[in-house]
Amino acid sequence: MSVVQITNGKAPAVAKRAAQRDWLFIAALIVFGVIALAALLGPWIAPYDPYALSGEVNGAASPDHLFGTDDLGRDILSRVLVGAQASVFAPIAVVILSTVLGVAFALIGAWFGGWVSGTIARIIDVIFAIPGLVVAVLAVAMFGKGLVAPIVALSIAYIPVVARLSQTAASRELGKPYVAALRVQGVSSWAILLRHLLPAMVPIVAAQMAIGFGYSMLDLAAISFLGLGQQPPAPDWGSMISTGQAGITAGAPEQSVFPAILVVITVLAVGIIGARVTVWAEEKDA
Amino acid sequence: MNALTRILLGRLGGLVLTLFLASIVIFSTLLLTGDPIATLAGGAKPTPELIAQIRAEYHLDAPVWGRYWDWLTGVVQGHFGRSFVYKTDVMNLVAPRFGITLQLVILTVILILIFGVGSGILAATRGRVVDRTVGILTSLGMAAPTFVVAILLIWIFAQSLGWFPVFGAGDGFWDRLWHLFLPAVSLAVLFLAYISRVTRSSLIAQLHSEHVDTARVRGIPRQRIFATHVFRNASPQILAISGTTIAGLFAASAIAEVAFGLGGIGSLLVEAAARSDLPVVQILSLILVTIFVVLNAIADFISILIDPTSVVGGNRE
Repeated sequence: MSVVQITNGKAPAVAKRAAQRDWLFIAALIVFGVIALAALLGPWIAPYDPYALSGEVNGAASPDHLFGTDDLGRDILSRVLVGAQASVFAPIAVVILSTVLGVAFALIGAWFGGWVSGTIARIIDVIFAIPGLVVAVLAVAMFGKGLVAPIVALSIAYIPVVARLSQTAASRELGKPYVAALRVQGVSSWAILLRHLLPAMVPIVAAQMAIGFGYSMLDLAAISFLGLGQQPPAPDWGSMISTGQAGITAGAPEQSVFPAILVVITVLAVGIIGARVTVWAEEKDA
Repeated sequence: MNALTRILLGRLGGLVLTLFLASIVIFSTLLLTGDPIATLAGGAKPTPELIAQIRAEYHLDAPVWGRYWDWLTGVVQGHFGRSFVYKTDVMNLVAPRFGITLQLVILTVILILIFGVGSGILAATRGRVVDRTVGILTSLGMAAPTFVVAILLIWIFAQSLGWFPVFGAGDGFWDRLWHLFLPAVSLAVLFLAYISRVTRSSLIAQLHSEHVDTARVRGIPRQRIFATHVFRNASPQILAISGTTIAGLFAASAIAEVAFGLGGIGSLLVEAAARSDLPVVQILSLILVTIFVVLNAIADFISILIDPTSVVGGNRE
């Protein structure tokens, strides 16, 4: 990246900025840790049953209901906590699936080259030509509403980004003299692939995973917001933002605004973590 | 034939091939559901008559390749097929809704270019304080998806302050503009922040380059250096990324349309998907993919024309 080139030769400023960023990085890690913990423990730490009707409709925040109650009188804090599961784990599923598929594409392409690599590049071009949201909507139209179809669809839609990045990393690693040396020594292709190539790609792929998590969280929340993902009454941040829209006009914005803030905070935290890991990956590579 | 023409023709060929392959993918969605009849019946329990009707209407007995070809040639000629859920030609659904989406996207693009590129230029040229302020704002903006900005705008500007309508598209130019303003802002924020970042970093890369130093030493006025050396050289990258962003807006528009109750093709796509109306979803997907690919290619062409050497590396990073 050009940003790195610019800051080269200005070591003190870079070090100072890195120290500031580290403070931010730790804060982001803590925020993400708390949210992940809430997602894990949500059903146990929620103060109320997320489906229970309290009788107080569109209630404002109060000691009894810290985030207020929604249009049906359900406790918003409890729904946010239980909904964290779908909102946080579904993007993780997308990231893992797309990384496995993308890295596999990249390794096969980089290793075999020639027409194999050309075919893979063509497949990736076609996937890239269909916007992620459209892939997800197509999948929902085919297989019905819910989180499964969008998770699979987004995993496919994210392949191009992962594959292009890992292919660049893989080709660069393959060009290094030690790979040729290993080949001359008669080390098998699989051994080179699994023991040398793959580990060398870990930092750059890890950085991409963190960044990809933010994108897939936004995309999945958008799909739930559109009513095509997690189906009510099951709680999910995206669908809560959407069903809460009626509450806004009724003067009770809580049930939309709280999950919305959580989406933004989570994506921000993961973005900061991703940026830091990217810098590490680049430093390691340099 | 010179090298530039050859490159452009090559890109054009790639574009047509990509569109062709994408259309096969979109067409095959009907086959991948396993049971096209159940899908086309849209959840209704198919009676024998209904099955026969669907078979005849969608030529399900014909070979797959023939059906694909008929579908594609039909679509190119404007025969979009029939929606089973809405009981009407898909064209009747798409045509009246396309205008709203187009207007929303154009308004969004104007906002993105003015405020995104503008703030990027300010950040790169007006010193540390401006740079930091823009940096903080764009960090926030890049974490603010359309649906979040939309509900915040509805809450603050439509509900609490009452400055803007909450719902619908309005009639006449000014009323339409008034109705589309909040949706366009909600759609623009994330992309605007991104374009601002890209503009800033490509300008800074140019400002620190040797040819700009040389121009400065030669005493060329700052404004001219900026126009002819810095901005011109940075523009292919800004354009390529703006092109991709703008191309994606037509699909992303769905979120703003649903949030603000606008009857564009995006909200139609969502509604059709929710009701498993595959003929409608297929046509809209094909339209969105075509727009996406063509706009990307145009941005690509323009940046090649501005700076032919940018293709030497072979990629657009």
